[in-house]
Amino acid sequence: MSEGLFPRPGTPLRSEAGPYFGDFGGRFLPEALVPALDEIREAFEKAIVDPEFTDELQRLSREYTGRPSLLSEAPRFSRLAGGARILLKREDLNHTGSHKINNVLGQALLTKRMGKTRVIAETGAGQHGVATATAAALFGLDCTIYMGEEDTERQALNVARMRLLGAEVVPVTHGSRTLKDAINEAFRDWVTNVETTHYLLGTVAGPHPFPVMVRDFHRVIGEEAREQVLERVGGLPDAVVACVGGGSNAMGIFHAFLDDEDVRLIGCEAGGDGVDTGRHSATIGGGTPGVLHGARSFVMQDEDGQTIPSHSVSAGLDYPSVGPEHAWLSAIGRAEYRAVDDTAAMEAFALLSMTEGIMPALESAHAVAGALALGKELGEDATILVSLSGRGDKDVDTASTWFGLLEDTTPRGDLDALRELARSTADAAPDGSGPASTAADATDRKDAR
Amino acid sequence: MSAAHDTAGSRLRAGDALERARAEGRAALVGYLPVGYPDQERFVAAARTLVDNGVDILELGLPYSDPVMDGPVIQEAATAALAAGTRTHHVLEAVDALRGSGAAVLVMTYWNPVLAQGVDSFARRLADAGGAGLITPDLIPDEAEEWIASSEREGLDRVFLVAPSSPRERLEHVVRHASGFVYAASTMGVTGTRASVSGTTAGLVERTRAAGARNVCVGLGVSTGDQAAEVGAYADGVIVGSAFVKALKTDFEAGDESLSTLARTARDLRAGVERSRTSLPASDSAAHGMRP
Repeated sequence: MSEGLFPRPGTPLRSEAGPYFGDFGGRFLPEALVPALDEIREAFEKAIVDPEFTDELQRLSREYTGRPSLLSEAPRFSRLAGGARILLKREDLNHTGSHKINNVLGQALLTKRMGKTRVIAETGAGQHGVATATAAALFGLDCTIYMGEEDTERQALNVARMRLLGAEVVPVTHGSRTLKDAINEAFRDWVTNVETTHYLLGTVAGPHPFPVMVRDFHRVIGEEAREQVLERVGGLPDAVVACVGGGSNAMGIFHAFLDDEDVRLIGCEAGGDGVDTGRHSATIGGGTPGVLHGARSFVMQDEDGQTIPSHSVSAGLDYPSVGPEHAWLSAIGRAEYRAVDDTAAMEAFALLSMTEGIMPALESAHAVAGALALGKELGEDATILVSLSGRGDKDVDTASTWFGLLEDTTPRGDLDALRELARSTADAAPDGSGPASTAADATDRKDAR
Repeated sequence: MSAAHDTAGSRLRAGDALERARAEGRAALVGYLPVGYPDQERFVAAARTLVDNGVDILELGLPYSDPVMDGPVIQEAATAALAAGTRTHHVLEAVDALRGSGAAVLVMTYWNPVLAQGVDSFARRLADAGGAGLITPDLIPDEAEEWIASSEREGLDRVFLVAPSSPRERLEHVVRHASGFVYAASTMGVTGTRASVSGTTAGLVERTRAAGARNVCVGLGVSTGDQAAEVGAYADGVIVGSAFVKALKTDFEAGDESLSTLARTARDLRAGVERSRTSLPASDSAAHGMRP
């Protein structure tokens, strides 16, 4: 059971391995699934110390995913962010277009080790579904993806991708018809077919061991980035910024920095129409402690404990709970969580596209918007590492509608104004003479503290 | 709450109802309906109809937004109940309205609505309303420290579930922490009617008894009198949910205020559990007493 909210003095935060993170986490699921959870935990614990498994996963990361992912400077965008140095961890360049593949390859290998022949998964934006369908094709596994009907409509391109990869996509028509209902349906499938089927959960939520296992398969993001920033800048970043729905890319990039006390960790939740409107997905910012989908965490709920449907322009963040480790990092004050509303995210989506030629996923655009605001707060001496967790191709429809680029759409955002703003940074573009700010400068800055 | 029923001693516990059925040489019939379906007033009438037609233990479902253990029939009814404005206090009011009906009244609830009220406070209100205890489909004993303490204090039954997948050590763990009865899921899956009840269910009931359980009731998939007779031959109670919800829906849609389909379904199932033991030796009920 819980050993209290705060970690024991002297215990590295990075050593937390569940099932509880302070008061959060646990296994709130039907007894029927307990043997499966035990089996996964045992298989995972054996696998991560087995060179046969770790070597194979590393080989796939290199040769299939394309790791290590790049760390990109963003000099023009930095100009808009108060001059702070913005470094983008480019998970968007992974095979399948997001960080999701890291966890999926790990769990797919584990599925094979457990002798199961079928994987099921939930998906919101479709990124986790595409990654799972991809791994199922690679490993010859049967694959069923549950996706809320509303999400199948706003992410039609990814639905087609999954089907082309050989997966069955099941639109979920109950409840709010979004990610939370897709997870409910995946659990129902799992409890019925657990003998042959692994539930390849796509985020750091759910019952133990999922929050720990998914985090550990994504830890590579932060481990690579920490080394890359040290090498590039000569010191640690001032802040690490990532978007948080369930929170997998954020846990992946935060983890390597948990015990670097001077590095601020900032999670950007989806503020939707604004936290005060009630139409949002800012679970830590606007939720209360409760149980959903197998873990005790923060939940958007009414006073009777009924889940309140979440809202975000980004399907991948549209989730009314959050991983228990994030709830704990918030409770102990190690990480900060801010809400970024739809408008700010859409503007950041356009601005990063126009200033750097990098089109982020709408989910990642929340982190980009967070960095924009944080850079203005911290000023030009700051270095900010941003998790660019996915690419934005799948969101072109949503963005075109938002900015009125399609016929019969009323624009909600002013693309011309954003273009003017982007133009104002043209002189910061690289001119072929090397980076605007050198590692030596940065080392001086860090040493001066 | 009416003063006449306030003491815990006057509440009918699940074990009392099971002993009563055992004394009559049959398995007990346990009936589920979600509170607030089709609306609050007609729900209470429906629950009374179940008791009047042979149900020994009522299982009142607290409708929840994310019922991961429920199939389409109960999901739909729970969604309708929530849409009709059903709140947690309605569930406690329904328990109170059904005390003294002759059946033990359990509440079946996912865990978050209990957490939202506070476990202690919920337990106290449930006991005050005359409830027998809780069935908790997504709470395993490992996470139930607070509920175990509250239910001990209030004298409430803790019905935990076991499943065909449960190994011996989990069965022992569940049995050690359960009271009232252990709910054996007949199949790996969610609630819903099925053409046949799995042949492995008798084995699960036997294994659960071997792990120390006195009372084992079987649920998931039972919808007909013949199935009830088959399951009642080896289980202490037969749990029926989706079949009752379907019957209530039929009456509701037909505008049948006398709830004749629901009543007939209950009588059919009751006849099933009464047939269940006729072919068994008279010493059968004693043989079930694995524990004093």
